[in-house]
Amino acid sequence: MTMIFGVALPALLGQLLLGLINGSFYAMLSLGLAVIFGLLRVINFAHGAQYMLGAFAAFLLLERTGIGYWAALLVAPLIVGVVAVVIERTMLRRLYGLDPLYGLLLTFGIALVLEGLFREWYGTSGKPYAAPPELVGATNLGFMVLPIYRGWVVAASLVVCIATWLLIEKTRLGTYLRAATENAALVESFGVNVPMLLTLTYGLGAALAALAGVLAAPIQQVSPLMGSNLIIVVFAVVVVGGMGSIMGAIVTGYTLGIFEGLTKVFYPEASNIVIFVIMALVLLVRPAGLFGRGA
Amino acid sequence: MRIGTLALAALGTAALAAPAAAQVSDNVVKIGILNDQSGVYADFGGKWSYDAARMAVEDFGGTVLGKPVQVVTADHQNKPDIASNIARQWYDTEQVDAIMELTTSSVALAVQGVSKEKKRINIVTGAATTDLTGKQCSPYGFHWAYDTRSLAVGTGGAMVAQGGDSWFFLTADYAFGYSLESETGNYVKSKGGRVLGSVRHPLSATDYSSFLLQAQSSGAKVIGMANAGLDTSNAIKQAAEFGIVQGGQRLAALLFTLSEVNGLGLQSAQGLVLTEGWYWDQSDENRAFAARFEKRNNGRKPNMIHVGTYSAVSQYLKAIQKAGTDQTEAVAKALHEMPVQDVFAKNGKVLPNGRMAYDMYLFEVKKPSESKGPWDLYKQLAKVPGDEAFAKPAESGCPLVQ
Repeated sequence: MTMIFGVALPALLGQLLLGLINGSFYAMLSLGLAVIFGLLRVINFAHGAQYMLGAFAAFLLLERTGIGYWAALLVAPLIVGVVAVVIERTMLRRLYGLDPLYGLLLTFGIALVLEGLFREWYGTSGKPYAAPPELVGATNLGFMVLPIYRGWVVAASLVVCIATWLLIEKTRLGTYLRAATENAALVESFGVNVPMLLTLTYGLGAALAALAGVLAAPIQQVSPLMGSNLIIVVFAVVVVGGMGSIMGAIVTGYTLGIFEGLTKVFYPEASNIVIFVIMALVLLVRPAGLFGRGA
Repeated sequence: MRIGTLALAALGTAALAAPAAAQVSDNVVKIGILNDQSGVYADFGGKWSYDAARMAVEDFGGTVLGKPVQVVTADHQNKPDIASNIARQWYDTEQVDAIMELTTSSVALAVQGVSKEKKRINIVTGAATTDLTGKQCSPYGFHWAYDTRSLAVGTGGAMVAQGGDSWFFLTADYAFGYSLESETGNYVKSKGGRVLGSVRHPLSATDYSSFLLQAQSSGAKVIGMANAGLDTSNAIKQAAEFGIVQGGQRLAALLFTLSEVNGLGLQSAQGLVLTEGWYWDQSDENRAFAARFEKRNNGRKPNMIHVGTYSAVSQYLKAIQKAGTDQTEAVAKALHEMPVQDVFAKNGKVLPNGRMAYDMYLFEVKKPSESKGPWDLYKQLAKVPGDEAFAKPAESGCPLVQ
């Protein structure tokens, strides 16, 4: 059997694939953060809580109304998106002219309140959420057993990432969005409703987080803690990719997922810090991140 | 003359106050419940333990030796430095007499160190490491509820008896995980089994698939999960995804309680074998206690940590009553001498190293079809007698009994 640094090749391939799957979540979450930061200049600390809300929305839809997984993929992000729009309209919007620190503090506070409420209502040991029957089971790839659901997560996240990128880079709406970040006053003078654009952007970013939450629900316990355990890593991904760079967030998300996966084979104890070590190294060499513009 | 009267009055007051001061310091008995109330172990112990402690005080009548008993609580966030600071503040400035619960081994060891230095009593119910009554034992430190040794004997022993003689460990990367892994590994080896390897994961990791895959490819018959709380739940859920149990390997959730089984649901948890010290459906007395607890806590049944905390607080108050004072040495002596006889433990006895030995039980998680209600989760398989479940003081490594 081929060995690489004392690890059998099939095992290594398996770990690479698992890294890619975890990278899918990093990519989807950092994508939403990057979109929000790129257009609103807000560091959205509530992103982890919005991811958690997505998972709880799926759980509650099933438990209270019988709405299943496939419908929840649409409905849960919609609900969380609406909640985010309300937050933007009533609170976040007042902070746009101020230091980005204010936005960070507000969203951090919102995250703490949301997580606290769900902890009070549901406890921290979480709630179970089953994968839809169509995606239950596993397939043997020769080098590893791949649960069908995990394969679906990779595919779904790729589609979502590419669609979001196309929306922002290739459509008319995306052009308005990008123009508004460069010079909001000028775009407004052409009759574009910039405040509305910003509201929708925040809603979209939060909906992306919620979608990731629904995708994660059958893999993890649906728990109030699920977002806070992940969000710090996702921030590191965004920083490595370059704050506000959408392509950067996507590519970095998948790549760091793979690096983390490899660390779990060679030195498992370091698996929760490897991403931060990479972040520190990247910041030393390229302070604006790998895909960031300017320094 | 005036000075003389004042002096006399002062002397008189001092004379009156003296006996009371000798009995109960600061005229109040204050018990601190220090545990994780927001992290991965917040359902394992958490605010439910705080309520169990308050229940114990209410059942005791709210006073001891005529002085009020108060319970205070704080969240240590699973961080030993935060916990030590709170413990120092409680002991130094807030007249706390004893700290209890102390979920998370690293935290319990740190706080037991502070308590020993300040000569105060601590009773651990939430943490697992046997070091608390071993290498790092304290004359004022007590360990209630369970420890890694009893889990190893209970769950580890049952697995080996069923033919699970080769093990691979999935271990939480801190004091508790190491202790649980080594206790179980040693026990398995003493019964003729083998340990093929282990992998250490960070506390509150979200994805266990890499670790599970390593466990799967080890070919071990049993995958021992030396972790707890939400971590174990996620690992079990993900093991099902990768077809680990269908592939013929068995999962041993070494520390898994009613709270986690309830959160995970029977679909994923069915068939798990686990060791706990208490279950609500064992007797009329237990059912009645659980019903009272449930009423106060949104329909939640208590696990061994919650009822263990109730027992620890009750026994501490009984010890103060017996000693006639809340002075640390006298209360510790009484705690060592008195048998534990309450809703939690029958004929429990406190060993010279501070370990409270009592009978624990081996349970199997029911299938969804066997369960009659939301909390009907366990079938009792066997009793693990106290003198087998817990180490003999002489073997514990505690310097106090050498």
